[in-house]
Amino acid sequence: MQTDWIWGLVGGGLIGLAGAVFLLANGRIMGASGLIGGLIDGSGRANALERLAFLAGLIGVPLGIVVLSGWRPDPHVTSNIAALIAGGLAVGIGTRIANGCTSGHGVCGISRLSLRGIVATLVFIASGIASVAVFRHLLGVI
Amino acid sequence: MRILIAALAGGLFGAGLMLSGMTDTEKVRGFLDVFGAWDPTLMFVMAGAIAPMAIAWWWAATGTPLLGGRFPDRAAPEISRSLVLGSALFGIGWGLAGLCPGPALAALGFGGPGVWIFGIAMAVGMWIAPHLRGRLDAPA
Repeated sequence: MQTDWIWGLVGGGLIGLAGAVFLLANGRIMGASGLIGGLIDGSGRANALERLAFLAGLIGVPLGIVVLSGWRPDPHVTSNIAALIAGGLAVGIGTRIANGCTSGHGVCGISRLSLRGIVATLVFIASGIASVAVFRHLLGVI
Repeated sequence: MRILIAALAGGLFGAGLMLSGMTDTEKVRGFLDVFGAWDPTLMFVMAGAIAPMAIAWWWAATGTPLLGGRFPDRAAPEISRSLVLGSALFGIGWGLAGLCPGPALAALGFGGPGVWIFGIAMAVGMWIAPHLRGRLDAPA
């Protein structure tokens, strides 16, 4: 749609504001995979409450928006269960091995001109493009 | 206070993901679909997010966080095998499902059972990962 890019900029601005608040107040990098992964593998036990509060806001506020406004954007999740499971495993393993995802390497890393963040982002966008090309256009599963 | 700020940041992040369209797997896959109907929205989201974040890093170059502690150190600029292989694997899953960790959680409350299936698989993957990472970076 024609207004999608405006909403992209506005929503992106909120994402950047969230990362700025988390950094300047708490001194923490807003990386979703790190915040979740640290709770799962126990490496983030020292600040578990801070992580849980972040995740509560991340899950709760979008749900609150849906409940209060009645606007529910369709995530268009694929009905291919195997693709969801394989995709989830690859995202979980990959982001933790690489120490970051779209928010940590992409937003927080690039904005700091971090070489690791820039390289990671270029690699996951390139492999994401290859993945869609193979699974959508070659195999037709998504 | 740290807990409140964390919840506020998480909430802003979730609202931003939702409003920007990034909880829609079709918009994310659309950005990656350069051989099909390419959707540039994700680029605008990244630009919108990187701008305030760059100001925050500039601000953080001196001083300490408002609530105490220190700002995170820069990681050594080392392009390790785990960084490249991990990111490549992440991209494959990102393209396949159209979800990454932030949007997956943001959509958990309203996205239906598919988001939960993805989320549980992702959690399992995150639990396995530390065992693999040690092997990847071990000297050959």
